[in-house]
Amino acid sequence: MAEINRDDVAHLARLAHIDMNDDELDRMAEELAVIVDAIKTVSEVAGDDVPATSHPIPLSNVFRDDVVGETLSNEEALLGAPDNADGRFKVPAILDGE
Amino acid sequence: MTAVTDEVLSFDEAMEKYDPVLGFEVHVELNTKTKMFSSAPNAFGDVPNTNVTPVDLGLPGVLPVVNGVAVESAIKIGLALNCKIAEKCYFARKNYFYPDTPKNFQTSQFEDPIAYDGHIDIELADGTVFRVEIERAHMEEDAGKLTHMGGSTGRIQGAEFSLVDYNRAGVPLIEIVTKPIEGAGSRAPELAKAYVAAIREIVKNLGVSDARMERGNVRCDANVSLRPHDRETFGTRTETKNVNSLRSVEHAVRYEIQRHAAVLDSGTPIIQETRHWHEDTRSTTSGRPKSDADDYRYFPEPDLVPVVTNDAWIEKLRAELPEPPAERRKRLQADWGYSDAEFRDVVNAGVMSSIEDTIAAGVSAAVARKWWMGEISRRAKLADVEPAELGVTPELIVELNALIESGKINDKLSRDVLDGVLAGEGTPAEVVEKRGLAVVSDDGPLLEAIDGALAAQPDVADKIRGGKIQAVGAIVGGVMKATRGQADAGRVRELILQRLGVEG
Repeated sequence: MAEINRDDVAHLARLAHIDMNDDELDRMAEELAVIVDAIKTVSEVAGDDVPATSHPIPLSNVFRDDVVGETLSNEEALLGAPDNADGRFKVPAILDGE
Repeated sequence: MTAVTDEVLSFDEAMEKYDPVLGFEVHVELNTKTKMFSSAPNAFGDVPNTNVTPVDLGLPGVLPVVNGVAVESAIKIGLALNCKIAEKCYFARKNYFYPDTPKNFQTSQFEDPIAYDGHIDIELADGTVFRVEIERAHMEEDAGKLTHMGGSTGRIQGAEFSLVDYNRAGVPLIEIVTKPIEGAGSRAPELAKAYVAAIREIVKNLGVSDARMERGNVRCDANVSLRPHDRETFGTRTETKNVNSLRSVEHAVRYEIQRHAAVLDSGTPIIQETRHWHEDTRSTTSGRPKSDADDYRYFPEPDLVPVVTNDAWIEKLRAELPEPPAERRKRLQADWGYSDAEFRDVVNAGVMSSIEDTIAAGVSAAVARKWWMGEISRRAKLADVEPAELGVTPELIVELNALIESGKINDKLSRDVLDGVLAGEGTPAEVVEKRGLAVVSDDGPLLEAIDGALAAQPDVADKIRGGKIQAVGAIVGGVMKATRGQADAGRVRELILQRLGVEG
């Protein structure tokens, strides 16, 4: 049974600011449902006694010393920017943001 | 900028009808040398987009690494807020799309903050203590800085485009979240200000943040809701964003209480939304709608491994904590023997540490207070600077006081000496010498001045002869005037009484 439907995909597309037409939503809903079902097989081997695992490798506390390292120059930083002005990235004005 | 002005109820009327519930999210920028997840400098005011690495710009293939000092700072803040420290916690991605975050997510913490379940006791101006419960304090990173261009006011409305500086992106932040604060009543605005002041003081005292609000080192989002007195469930809240001075926090909370009350009185529901604070009009305007289910699709950050703490580490950090500011104040007040009112004035004038240093340098608590609350505060006010910024050292006060106590100068002359020292004319003793400021201690010229003063006020002289000793002040005043303050007032008094044949 599909755990993900067309409405979910439409919602995610909106959150991710991806413009998707009806055909794309239909196709993506179908494909994602297959993927979700496939991953669900994990639950068949992991019982209730196995906690959800985000980090399978038993590593912790990987820290960096608080020492300044190399940085990009202003020119380097802006190299990939579609547009810039005054040494800053220039972006369209976007309302409704944080 | 807004055409529509919201209706507000008077604060007193709002309080008669409703009970405010508050909640705060305070963001504290740490003063580590580098950012939270990259080795770029954490510095204010540099050339835009120079304190950046590929990690801060969210370029493909980069890997973040956690700043160990920032983690220790977070634990220290947690301990100072009486929090429990998580044995194990993770970082999480908070996904949103806005140009201030080039990665399209903010690295934060979600279900398991590093510190949780704490409290701090907030002392209001009249000494009332109010306990604020802390829900959590978690680690995250700051966003880049947007400047909106093309609009007439520099605000986002009407802007044609925005310029982005990512120097601030990735600066370590600790977000401190309170539990709902109930029962503050009409003290709510005052408590709001005092709470943010206390957080600022704590992080500054810990040395983990520069805590300069004007630079955005400490930023407050203030949640306000109202409910009728007889109701227990909370009303709908609004969140006023980025209220960035202590005064604004107080005003914003007061304003939102008054605005909510008017809305509720009109029978319409409060819209759950963010509000923007405008210092110029001391009012808020509607931001964006905000639901409790803002969908950030949090998930565990796969590129960062968990932070695991242990008792030995936590206790080592606890041992490094400085004395909490509130306890330090209690101790100093007891040591110095100041009254509550005197001590509060000292704290409000920002001279507590200066007085502490001055006493340590070798004068009494009373003398230190006299200088810092008197002459130095007066000069600071005139120059519009903090008293500590005038360049008056504890050693200078000790020297001036020694000159007064030895009778070489009096209080009045000491101000002229201070002028000279601050003008670079040398040590106090040298200034006394150069400016000829020593007290006139030779009785000859004093007696001459006394006779003059007595002759000028014969009725007063008669009163003193008749036993009204307290009238002597008028004559002393005349003598001090005649000697341009260079007389020892105590000696003048003695001489006047002798002259008139009265027992002091």
